[in-house]
Amino acid sequence: MIEEHFSEGNSVIHRIDPRIRIICAIVYSAIIAVIGNLSVAFIGLGAAIVFITLAQLDAMHLLRRLLVVNVFVLMFWLVLPFSFSGDTILSVGPLNMTQQGVLYTLMLTLKCNAIILINVGLLSTCGMFNVVHALNHLRVPNKLIHLLFFIFRFSHVMHYEYARLTDTLKIRGFRPRTSMHTYRTYGSIIGTLLIRAYERSEQIHRAMVCRGFKGKYWLLDHFVLRRSDVLAATIMAAGAVIIIILQWKTG
Amino acid sequence: MENRIIIDLKNVNFGYRERPALLKDLNFVLRQGDRVGMIGPNGCGKTTMLYLIMGLIKPNDGSVEIFGRRRVQEHDFVDVRERIGFLFQNSDDQLFCPSVREEIAFGPLNFGKRGKEVEAIIKRSLARVGLDGFKNRVPYHLSGGEKRRLAMATILAMRPRVLLLDEPTLGLDLPTVQRIAEILEEPGLSYVVVSQNIDFLKRTTTQVYTFEDGVLTPFRVPRK
Repeated sequence: MIEEHFSEGNSVIHRIDPRIRIICAIVYSAIIAVIGNLSVAFIGLGAAIVFITLAQLDAMHLLRRLLVVNVFVLMFWLVLPFSFSGDTILSVGPLNMTQQGVLYTLMLTLKCNAIILINVGLLSTCGMFNVVHALNHLRVPNKLIHLLFFIFRFSHVMHYEYARLTDTLKIRGFRPRTSMHTYRTYGSIIGTLLIRAYERSEQIHRAMVCRGFKGKYWLLDHFVLRRSDVLAATIMAAGAVIIIILQWKTG
Repeated sequence: MENRIIIDLKNVNFGYRERPALLKDLNFVLRQGDRVGMIGPNGCGKTTMLYLIMGLIKPNDGSVEIFGRRRVQEHDFVDVRERIGFLFQNSDDQLFCPSVREEIAFGPLNFGKRGKEVEAIIKRSLARVGLDGFKNRVPYHLSGGEKRRLAMATILAMRPRVLLLDEPTLGLDLPTVQRIAEILEEPGLSYVVVSQNIDFLKRTTTQVYTFEDGVLTPFRVPRK
């Protein structure tokens, strides 16, 4: 479930200071989210593709992730093209697909994919411990950081426990059907999963406390802002400014 | 003169909610240099006693005194945890970092160690449990025995003089068990070790206790 496929690597992106990557991911996501023009949306996607290419990620994993996102985007395509007034290009029964609707949906699709690619390219390449550490440096409240870290930590645990449970089911000859027995079994699995995850989380917290955890994560490897990081930050900032100007001009 | 008292539990009572009392009027003393074993059926209170010492759970009544000071609240236990190493029964509960070196560094970093010193600790701790060269491995991909040894290393990294070990040999092969017994032979250590392995207890401890109906009782180790 939560495997950090993209966090290991030695690409240009991987070598940028995680703090810069996080800030850039946020800035770019925000800018792209407010783009209101199709051609600027294309440029946003272009920028995202540049990042993702530089990160040299495994294409199969990346496509799979994009597929999930685009299943949701497909929902837009079923509704939005028909809900705009304008020049009809296709009529299905009482519904009229308009050119404006199609263009708007296309823009949404581009923006969605651009934001996902940017976050995969910049954030997923960090690895969770680095993100946590970077957020610490960026003065994000400690409580929020802990929440984030523990969600991550326990998703792992839940996933592992889930795999164990389904294995026992298989061994005991369970086959899912449309029956009360199946529903009841799934109910028990979810219940057991919650209880086990809770208990495991308690244990892990105990183990952390026993090793001197007092509410702050110390990291073994410290971030050092190098000249290449400053350069990368400048380039990315310039890209962001260009997109903002384009959006503003074409407004 | 008798050795310094490290752990002193006085008239401790404890029960989990909605279950009968687990520990009744428990009195337990661990002195410097004591090597104590605990044996007994599952659920008889061995782990619970260790949790009480570490402050992970609080007694219903009675007093917990460690290193000569009464420990009541959470912050009383902070230095207890720095000075007593606790090995959990299930190593999966204990390991949560993305790499072996970060796993070992977690404790020392929390105690203010930095840089080269931490690197040296990582190296030394891995060597002591026989996991040299495992530095960059991923903890949850290790085998059961390796995980237990890593968990042991994370504790040794904090250089405790007192250890509480909950089933350190459970499910381990003979060489690994022997390795752990060797680690415990280090002079100057004091520890409480919970185990069902009588041979291991014979080798590593000088006195063994059990719980009978929630009451701490000396256990006679059968001799051949």
